[in-house]
Amino acid sequence: MNQIGFVLLSVLAVGSALSVILQRNPVMSALSLVVTIFSLALAFLSLGSSFVAVVQVIVYAGAVMVLFVFVIMLLDLGRREPFKLTGVGRKILGIAAVAAFLFQISASLSAVGVMGARPPEPLPPGYGTALAIGRSVFTDYVYPFEAASVLLLAAMVGALILAKRRI
Amino acid sequence: MSQTVVVDIVRIAVILGMFLGCVAYLVWVERKLLGHIQIRVGPKRVGPYGLLQPIADFVKLVSKEDLTPPNAHRALFRLAPAIALVPAILSIAVIPFGGTIRVLGREMPIGIADINVGLLYVFAMSSMGVFGIALAGWSSNNKYSLMGGLRSSAQLISYEVSLGLSVLGVVLLAGTFSLREIVAAQHPIPFVALQPVGFLLFLMASSAEIARIPFDLPEAETELVAGFHTEYSSMKFAMFFVAEYANLVTVSAMAVTLFLGGWNGPFLPGPIWFALKTAAMLFLFIWVRGTLPRYRYDQLMRFGWKFLLPVALLNLLVTALIVALSGGEG
Amino acid sequence: MSEVRTEEMVLNMGPQHPSTHGVFRVELVTDGEIVTETRPHIGYLHRCFEKHAEHLQYTGIIPFTDRLDYLSGMNQNFGFVLAVEKLLGSEIPERAEYIRVIMAELNRIASHLMMIGHMGTDAGAITPVLYGFRDREYILDLFEEVSGARLLYNYYRVGGVIADLTPGFVEKTRKYLDYLERVLNEFDQLLSENKIFRGRTVGVGVLPPKVAVDYAVTGPNLRACGVNWDLRRDEPYSIYPRFKFDVVVGREGPGVVGDSWNRYWVRVQEIRESAKIVRQALDGLPEGDFIKAPKSIRPPKGSEVYHRTETPRGELGYYVISDGTPTPVRVKVRSPGFVHISAIPAFCTNMMVADLVMAMGTLDFVMGEVDR
Repeated sequence: MNQIGFVLLSVLAVGSALSVILQRNPVMSALSLVVTIFSLALAFLSLGSSFVAVVQVIVYAGAVMVLFVFVIMLLDLGRREPFKLTGVGRKILGIAAVAAFLFQISASLSAVGVMGARPPEPLPPGYGTALAIGRSVFTDYVYPFEAASVLLLAAMVGALILAKRRI
Repeated sequence: MSQTVVVDIVRIAVILGMFLGCVAYLVWVERKLLGHIQIRVGPKRVGPYGLLQPIADFVKLVSKEDLTPPNAHRALFRLAPAIALVPAILSIAVIPFGGTIRVLGREMPIGIADINVGLLYVFAMSSMGVFGIALAGWSSNNKYSLMGGLRSSAQLISYEVSLGLSVLGVVLLAGTFSLREIVAAQHPIPFVALQPVGFLLFLMASSAEIARIPFDLPEAETELVAGFHTEYSSMKFAMFFVAEYANLVTVSAMAVTLFLGGWNGPFLPGPIWFALKTAAMLFLFIWVRGTLPRYRYDQLMRFGWKFLLPVALLNLLVTALIVALSGGEG
Repeated sequence: MSEVRTEEMVLNMGPQHPSTHGVFRVELVTDGEIVTETRPHIGYLHRCFEKHAEHLQYTGIIPFTDRLDYLSGMNQNFGFVLAVEKLLGSEIPERAEYIRVIMAELNRIASHLMMIGHMGTDAGAITPVLYGFRDREYILDLFEEVSGARLLYNYYRVGGVIADLTPGFVEKTRKYLDYLERVLNEFDQLLSENKIFRGRTVGVGVLPPKVAVDYAVTGPNLRACGVNWDLRRDEPYSIYPRFKFDVVVGREGPGVVGDSWNRYWVRVQEIRESAKIVRQALDGLPEGDFIKAPKSIRPPKGSEVYHRTETPRGELGYYVISDGTPTPVRVKVRSPGFVHISAIPAFCTNMMVADLVMAMGTLDFVMGEVDR
């Protein structure tokens, strides 16, 4: 039951991810990305980490993607000419990028083994709750966490400086 | 197994039905109350005291012609009201309406679901509602709609931050994201006594989040006609309308759950306490609507970022300090 | 870094828009939320008043003047009959003079009450307008009692008024004025002292005194700019010199001189001043005739007159030319609203759309009088 759900969600995620790059209309692309994020969130949920699932929706779907849609609407990109790939050089570059990406996927799949090869370990009690994640963020991963916050702060200051220049 | 499923379905149906009924009659209550605030009588023609007004409104809206503007993005234009309405209704799934009752020999909580990140779930749902508004504004291909949609999205994003921060104090005190446990933690003293600043911040941020006066800019009719739903008619308009009032009920229920002690209360059974408190919150929102003018767009943004957010951060900091010093968990 | 090019967007506000107060269209050139240019378009309510007037006898024109500014019909009647009386040089009875002033000032109160209420609506407060309606209702009841009509009174006549005050009118009016004082405080609480309302009006749509004078802005809008000018005092007509009242001018205080707040505040204060005048007029009301109609209204051939009066909206002038027949050759109306609308492009630029709504709303024009 859980397996079937997971496969369905994966198909939905991959399908909508494809739709992100195949859609001509940027708004539709953005919405497809929202669907991808949503199906990923549901996948997290089915894996027992509800906190990550909800945060995925709040942060990515609720904040980041809303901003994306906002910017697309603001710049009115929907009514522009769709982007066209031109020139032989660019096409070769594109094919090379796709090949590299496929290689990486196959490499990581073969390293982990096909799905279901390893028997799932029983989850420790309290796995995936806010408490457990908070503990690990502030103990085991405190340095990466702080580094990330410094990076975000720097980005915020930079954005402010860039935006205020015009005023 | 099958019995459990049936019981669950019945439970969901009952709660959803009550919720939607409540939403429908909230419109009537609001019109009546506003009427009396404004020395009018409000609806009174349809049924005794106008009690059948919601049904009449519904019939009217359904029977109207469903218009789509010629240059609209048809698919998104159709999808947008659904995106606005569905999260609004989904939010009630985690709200605990009362303690537990015995049904068919089984002890069960009154409410649909109890997930351990209930609070975050509500936030996730409310952030999804923004898409409906933004897309409605964009897909209508109308200047007023676009401006209304942009305004609303900007407003909702801005106030979501303060809203989230304002309830974190409660989370710190209760030590959980589960709404049921938060209510249980307020057994003798509701959190409004411990978090008065948080409560006020929540009230302000949430009335901005559901676009009520004085923050009802998305539909500032004197400037933008009707904002993002200018081009909508018939059932699609009704969906936005229901979503708006569903959000109002949800926010009131959340305020009760987080700050006013949820279903806790002496003498009366839990659900009744919950209903009474929610009604009081709704009355407050309607009262405010009858009294205040509206902020201007830039004033609203300034208020959100330069007043609400810093105060919310400060409140959070103070709460965290007190919790840490008093040796709370974490 | 290259400058981000933003496209200007032309927005049509009106002719059917909730905030244009009638069928009035403004073309807005906007850059985002900022209005960079405004172009008012009028004429949607043109009813050929001036042409009609050339084919009607003087008394027949009076009901048409009601329809110019349907919020202050009494004041419109007043201006017209005064112009005609000036042409004829006729005397009118004392009592009629008092009744005329009472009606004109009551109508000024009613009109200002509507303006204040609608300003609340423009700012997003939905209740004040209904309070305004409620308080105006009592005045309309009084008018109905004396004239039989609630909106288009047709009450003034050349030589007096059409009917005497009804018994009990004086007491009822006194009672109403006492009540009005109390409810004005209610308005102060709902709007004047409301922080959000002040935020929406203070410093918004500042009309500099020089621009106001250049564009011939008059009435409360001019006084809000700090220019001390009121026809009732400075070019007295009827029996206004007998009454003591203050001319309210805009002030620095919560607001800046000439802003929307002052335009609002001046009107609130003018209600109080008008109430003062009505009280004095009720006290001094003499007995006697209420009309002394001339045998025939035929002003001398070739005579012409321009007479201006202070209406709730500003300076209303009637320019009448006679050729000695019972119908005028030409009647020209100088309507304050028309002038005020022409001033919109001069000061309603570089403001947000929401501010423009407030600035236009506080000008308080009535399209019936603008388009005529």
